[in-house]
Amino acid sequence: MADTGVAEALLRQIEKVDGGADSLELANSLGVDHQVVVGAVKSLQALGDVISAELRSSKHWELTEEGTEIAEQGSHEARVFGSIPPEGLPQAELMVESIQDQVRETLLLVQRGRSTQLEEKEKNELKKRKLLSEVTVKSYWITKDSSFSTTVSKQETELTPEMIATGSWKEKKFKPYNFEAMGVAPDCGHLHPLMKVRTQFRQIFLEMGFTEMPTNNFIESSFWNFDSLFQPQQHPARDQHDTFFLSEPELAHQFPWDYLERVKRVHSQGGYGSQGYKYDWKLEEAQKNILRTHTTAVSARMLYKLAQQETFSPVKYFSIDRVFRNETLDATHLAEFHQIEGVVADYGMTLGDLMGVLHQFFTKLGITKLRFKPAYNPYTEPSMEVFSYHEGLKRWVEVGNSGVFRPEMLLPMGLPEDVSVIAWGLSLERPTMIKYGINNIRELVGHKVNLQMVYDSPLCRLDS
Amino acid sequence: MPTVGVKRDLLFKALGKTYSDEEFDELCFEFGLELDEITSEKEIISREQGNSKASSASDVILYKIDVPANRYDLLCLEGLARGLQVFKNKLDAPRYRRVSPVSGDRQRLIITKETAAVRPHAVAAVLRNITFTQERYDSFIELQEKLHQNICRKRSLVAIGTHDLDTISGPFTFTAKRPGDISFRPLNQTKEYTATQLMSLYKTDSHLKHYLPIIEDKPVYPIIYDSNGVVLSMPPIINGDHSKISLQTKNVFIECTATDLTKAKIVLDMMVTMFSEYCLQPFTVEEAEVVCPDGRTIIYPELAYRKEKLSAEFINRKVGINESAESIAQLLTRMCLLSQTTGDELEVEIPPTRPDVIHACDIMEDAAVAYGFNNITRTIPRTYTVANQLPLNKLTELLRQDLAAAGFTEALNFALCSQEDIADKLGKRISETGAVHISNPKTADFQVARTTLLPGLLKTIAANRKMPLPLKLFEISDVVLKDQNKDVGARNSRRFSAVYYNKTPGFEVIHGLLDRTMQLLEVKAVRGGGYHIQAADDSTFFPGRCAEIFVCGKSVGRLGVLHPDVISHFELTMPCSALEMDIEPFLGHTAETFLTHDVPMQEAVQHQFVKCVASQQTLLSHPLSTKTLFGDMSTQVGLKALDDFLADRSYIEGFEASQADTAVFDAIPSPPPQTFCHLRRWYNHIKSFQLERTRLPSAKAQFVLPEAPPTSKNDTSEDEIDLFGSDDDEESVEAARVREQRLLEYAAKKSKKSPLIAKSSILLDVKPWDDETDMAKLEECVRSIGMDGLLWGQSKLVPVGYGIRKLQIGCVVEDDKVGTDLLEEAITAFEEYVQSVDVAAFNKV
Repeated sequence: MADTGVAEALLRQIEKVDGGADSLELANSLGVDHQVVVGAVKSLQALGDVISAELRSSKHWELTEEGTEIAEQGSHEARVFGSIPPEGLPQAELMVESIQDQVRETLLLVQRGRSTQLEEKEKNELKKRKLLSEVTVKSYWITKDSSFSTTVSKQETELTPEMIATGSWKEKKFKPYNFEAMGVAPDCGHLHPLMKVRTQFRQIFLEMGFTEMPTNNFIESSFWNFDSLFQPQQHPARDQHDTFFLSEPELAHQFPWDYLERVKRVHSQGGYGSQGYKYDWKLEEAQKNILRTHTTAVSARMLYKLAQQETFSPVKYFSIDRVFRNETLDATHLAEFHQIEGVVADYGMTLGDLMGVLHQFFTKLGITKLRFKPAYNPYTEPSMEVFSYHEGLKRWVEVGNSGVFRPEMLLPMGLPEDVSVIAWGLSLERPTMIKYGINNIRELVGHKVNLQMVYDSPLCRLDS
Repeated sequence: MPTVGVKRDLLFKALGKTYSDEEFDELCFEFGLELDEITSEKEIISREQGNSKASSASDVILYKIDVPANRYDLLCLEGLARGLQVFKNKLDAPRYRRVSPVSGDRQRLIITKETAAVRPHAVAAVLRNITFTQERYDSFIELQEKLHQNICRKRSLVAIGTHDLDTISGPFTFTAKRPGDISFRPLNQTKEYTATQLMSLYKTDSHLKHYLPIIEDKPVYPIIYDSNGVVLSMPPIINGDHSKISLQTKNVFIECTATDLTKAKIVLDMMVTMFSEYCLQPFTVEEAEVVCPDGRTIIYPELAYRKEKLSAEFINRKVGINESAESIAQLLTRMCLLSQTTGDELEVEIPPTRPDVIHACDIMEDAAVAYGFNNITRTIPRTYTVANQLPLNKLTELLRQDLAAAGFTEALNFALCSQEDIADKLGKRISETGAVHISNPKTADFQVARTTLLPGLLKTIAANRKMPLPLKLFEISDVVLKDQNKDVGARNSRRFSAVYYNKTPGFEVIHGLLDRTMQLLEVKAVRGGGYHIQAADDSTFFPGRCAEIFVCGKSVGRLGVLHPDVISHFELTMPCSALEMDIEPFLGHTAETFLTHDVPMQEAVQHQFVKCVASQQTLLSHPLSTKTLFGDMSTQVGLKALDDFLADRSYIEGFEASQADTAVFDAIPSPPPQTFCHLRRWYNHIKSFQLERTRLPSAKAQFVLPEAPPTSKNDTSEDEIDLFGSDDDEESVEAARVREQRLLEYAAKKSKKSPLIAKSSILLDVKPWDDETDMAKLEECVRSIGMDGLLWGQSKLVPVGYGIRKLQIGCVVEDDKVGTDLLEEAITAFEEYVQSVDVAAFNKV
């Protein structure tokens, strides 16, 4: 506190006056700059209730640089006049005999602090000429406060190791903290919000006893992505407009040929109690490599593997991974997104079981009001869209899709006839956008992400 | 999902009831429809073209209803109203009848053989004495459009033509001609055009231009004439103007031409079932005959009612309800599936309007819909399972947490990107990236799947340049690489990448992150057994500022300061250091069996194909694959054989654990049951070697046959094994000597054993030159090879692609007398037929 001297002098001044004093006057009487007094006031305020200071502001007129020059040396006109020699120019003789330098006189009035004598019009005129300016002066009206004293005891800012060692902290006074201010942000990394939500969904599936499927194969053959799911080869989803096909490697060459033969037959001729689609099934179409359009392609592989076991054992599988659609992009659609999928295979599962499992699953997400709408999907029958009641929107919104896999899909794989497989799926992005209040999916996924949003995103607790 | 727009008041009139919007929405929900939007023509026009255009448009309320993609019977007002009326029990489903013409002479459509080249199928029918109103007419046109867009796959599978029968006279001819030879006045045009002229005329037609590619490149175009040479239509593009229907039309001739006959029949059934309602005799359709090029005459429309028998118990069991057969029959009847009961049995009649019902499960679904999905009790299945994480994802999850704790922020980038991102911008050639290429990207952003995570991270920084420095980002995600060993020719690889972007390059920061990562992965900083980095050349990095990361002597990735060109290419201005490495080598071995998406390519279990058609052909199946010398380890027989073998042995070979043990161990899919006590003892013992398994001495004989299909268990990828094992090159002379000696011992021991003749079962793939090779002749040639100790077995033809089939033939050989080389030589000698011979499977017998 370099200004302790000023502060103490200031306190002595205040002691003398009753009712208080203006900081400007104090600066005058102490012979220091007003800013120094203001600094002293601030530091005294920080000590507690020594003084109280009330901010005041007053306006007055001041000369500008040019104005000061004029006040000292006369107005430009007067100076021109003055500089004309007595013998003068003939024109000067023509014009005037003598002048009265009114501008200078007016400015001198202001300089002497008598600006109140000027008329508004005059002042504005000079202001326009940039000779005068109106200045707002802030000062403090300082009065004694409850614990006024003329001596200042120095306050400590922080506890130091020395104080602890010597015990001196007991005698010291500590500067109070400003609890209104924000703390310093910790230096740390952050997890991506979408991945935080993924972690929670994974957790929910694990809590429910589901095993994670190996979905680390973005490239899939049309066979596993469509044909094995009893999705006919002319289905619109297999169109160039909806699916990314590969030019390199263009085709898949290895298939379980016996199984492929059964798939071909169930499509083209039917079987397993089905009429089939009755069309000319082509191997070339099934061979086409694509970027998988759903993780159900992996579910198909898993169910086929399950069918290859000597004896069937019930399974519960899940996955959360990327899928790809050659779609038109907008604020809520990207060419790739994450699909959440759950699959349960067991003997004698019912549609009621599917709804029960979905109820449990969504309850863990904090969604309890569910209802189901009949829907269509080529590989599930029955198919149901899952709707939940949105308290904010006051209406039912679709939250997922579900169904029981068709026998035309399961029986060619070799699963026992009385085994039912229920499944459901939803996107990861949608609940995340709702959770974190994001309207444009590009701000969430991809390189256009707003890192500040990533830094600021809270914990992901889905059920609260 | 198709959306059908119907006028609300017309719909309510047809339903005989007025609903509030909410009530109707609820009805839709229950029935499986979705009331997507309530609007009006005025609203639509004002939204699309502005208010000024809309002022004269109608403001009659329209309902836009989403219809399931397989319900073609709900694509028009007539069908929707009928379906809902039956559902609400207000109407009995009508019975559609095919009737002979009063005159006795059926309309006839003759298909000529020329159509085979372009559009081989056609069906036809007549709606007699129909009364159109403006609404009915609009709906009639609209249904054709809806069918064209959906089941007809934009007219490529089926195209519908409807004609005023009174303006034309049969018999009609469906033929195909060269475009220059076709000339007629098309619908709504004033003059005649040749087909060639039409194709260029319609190039600019916003509606018709989409259909041109269907026939554009064909030598001949399909065309239908009447007996006077009047053109009815040039499917799938346009009808003739002469026969166009109007409000006054009384008799309608409907033809559907197609590349898919099944769908053509369905489309014709839909057209006639929906609009026969307006005929003088409602729901009757006058039949027409189609004469095929082979002379057969077929009567259409089919209007087939199919019967399906199933039990009420089946429906109750699948849905989870408990209803009597009678009440289920009532439920089904409400879904237009008229049902009769006898005891528990249901006989369900599927009408021609419901081609979506192809299996008993479709009937079950309809019963559930009529019962009300939301009336079904929700139950919890008792399925008992133990959850497992995918080890790779488990590792990823754990690493992500600690990398964020290390001060790096997670980014999430697209798996698809431009070629430039992964090649040019990184100073590489696209050919050296091993990237998979997309054939139909809509923009350059989707040309390839990324082969590295780095571009994504750099783009993230570029988009966030306003953020305070330093920027520290990481991502753990998959890249895609071409891989010949995978069924699809590509695989994912899980990568970890991090970047540091600041005023200084901060190599030490990225290096420190590598050290921290290795610490987390429990890999020590030592050469050989741990990790180290050494200088490397890489065009992505600044010369002299790149190092390769080695773990146990194997390269797993790189780190360094990015090349200034790379930094500029990504529109960055500051120095930047980066790290990218594989994390799959750090997976380790888990005790649990874990899943892979690799499926067995040959089936161990025989599956019968159950057909509804009686004529069932037995499938030739591949020979069973025995996975080890002891047989198939996934069968009890195989395990028994191994158990017997181990009864008086500690190890498969010799007196210490070796690769022979791990090989056989890996072939066993799950821990063996208690009953095989010797096997179980050995299994647990070998399991304890898991961590140092690769350091075990190598095997003397091949115990798991290479041809065995990959099982979930032996999928511990080779990379991992190599990683912690010693390289082959490093094999010491001593080890080689020991092995030689053991081999000698083994051979000596073997020769002392009983004089069993060693035999092998071989499966050969014989590939022909092309699809025209006479496969029967080829097989004959192969079988003509006779050798001592060679016995030919079963064979079959397997499709390879492009119509080419290979011959797969089995044989049993005595190892000492016949070798595979000898066999291959003998077969390839028939070079007229044989292109190549491969051994598909080789098993010891």
